[in-house]
Amino acid sequence: MKYAISLVLGLLVGAVVFVLGLYLNPFSGQATVSPLAVTSERVIDLSFSAVPGDGILYTDHGETVVTPHPERIAELWEPAVHETSVYVTKVESSRGDFAGIGIKFSSESEQTAIVKGDAIANSAWHIYLPGRGTLLIDQTENFWSYIRGVVIPARTSAGDNWVGSFHAITTNGPGSLGTARVTGGSGLFDGMTSESVEALTARGYSANSGPVSIDGNLTIELTELAAASE
Amino acid sequence: MMSRNGNLTKLGHSYRCFGGGVANWMKRLIKTFVIGVILGLLGTGALAWYVPAVDIHRERSLVSVQTNGGNIEVFHINLPRDRIMVGLPNVDNSIPAGLEWPGEEFLGDMQAELFKVRNSDDTVIGVASRLASATGESGPFIEWVVHLPARGTIYVKMEITPSADGFRNGEMLAGSRDFSVLSGSVREQFIADVGEDADAQGRIRLEAALVGQLGDEE
Repeated sequence: MKYAISLVLGLLVGAVVFVLGLYLNPFSGQATVSPLAVTSERVIDLSFSAVPGDGILYTDHGETVVTPHPERIAELWEPAVHETSVYVTKVESSRGDFAGIGIKFSSESEQTAIVKGDAIANSAWHIYLPGRGTLLIDQTENFWSYIRGVVIPARTSAGDNWVGSFHAITTNGPGSLGTARVTGGSGLFDGMTSESVEALTARGYSANSGPVSIDGNLTIELTELAAASE
Repeated sequence: MMSRNGNLTKLGHSYRCFGGGVANWMKRLIKTFVIGVILGLLGTGALAWYVPAVDIHRERSLVSVQTNGGNIEVFHINLPRDRIMVGLPNVDNSIPAGLEWPGEEFLGDMQAELFKVRNSDDTVIGVASRLASATGESGPFIEWVVHLPARGTIYVKMEITPSADGFRNGEMLAGSRDFSVLSGSVREQFIADVGEDADAQGRIRLEAALVGQLGDEE
């Protein structure tokens, strides 16, 4: 009996050591500097609040800590869209002016492998910028550094919240430099293909209600065609 | 004297026996514990490696083959059941109630809609957005983004003027994952008469005719 208890304790300690190893692994994580920081092309910077309650609309399957809104919004409870969320938000220019509207579809990805430090989501932005046009940004995002740096500390803290300073690039593909793929649809962006990067800057998170103070930022590279038209 | 020495010898002997027993017992216990730790590390590692953290639900792809290559897949949206949002220039008419849509002041006549998308079996398989503007500053446009979580995303630009048959044709501008190597067209049609489906007052039909790029088989 005592050997069985010892074995079980050993198994538990082994599991805990493994989980701690994953959590503290210094080799996993996302870049904090955008691959587009050194581009010679012109870029558009769009910022938005990544707090679902600050957006125009947010919906998912309705069983997460984040409450869908407005109140009577349809929830995505069907099996095929159960791991998907939709977020509609105003996007602002770098000066803080209204720049347009963005619709973000985001789905958990089967490429997620915590053992490799990958918490992957497939996401797509459908964006309309009045006076400029429309575009699609499709990307894979890795939220592991966000989960490790913000969500887990909030859930393990005595007050069920996290306050601090966190910044990371969430985009990690499909571009070879870890950039998202941009396809222009209409207006100045018609025919444009370029790259983009999304970043998150977090200052507050509650384990009970989700993001409290988090800003998102999209940096979109403009090709010569679109830049010349601006 | 002899008797006292004999007692001490006996005592020392029994202490050694007892102490040695404890040491062996502890050694075996520690050995079991270390084996447990190693098994715990390996087991958790194997579990983390082989058990998928995310298992997306997949529906069968209901695809038919086109005459000249490629395939056709039909999606549809039952109205009003599958409508998630309608953002209109007149904010008061936007859906759902309480939606703080920026409206005409910021977006002009741009209209944004969000839907759930169904396959031919009437099962929800994704979500979609449709943006449209007739007189936008950057020109008129009608666009769809169809996001199918298990397969990828399609970005389609529709023609502004519908055909005489009531269709609107569009070109696929981009696709991700399963759709990244495909190109083709999408046909949009609004069907007012949906027959026996009592839940639907109308239906949007999207017929995607997609083909792989030339040279894929090489």
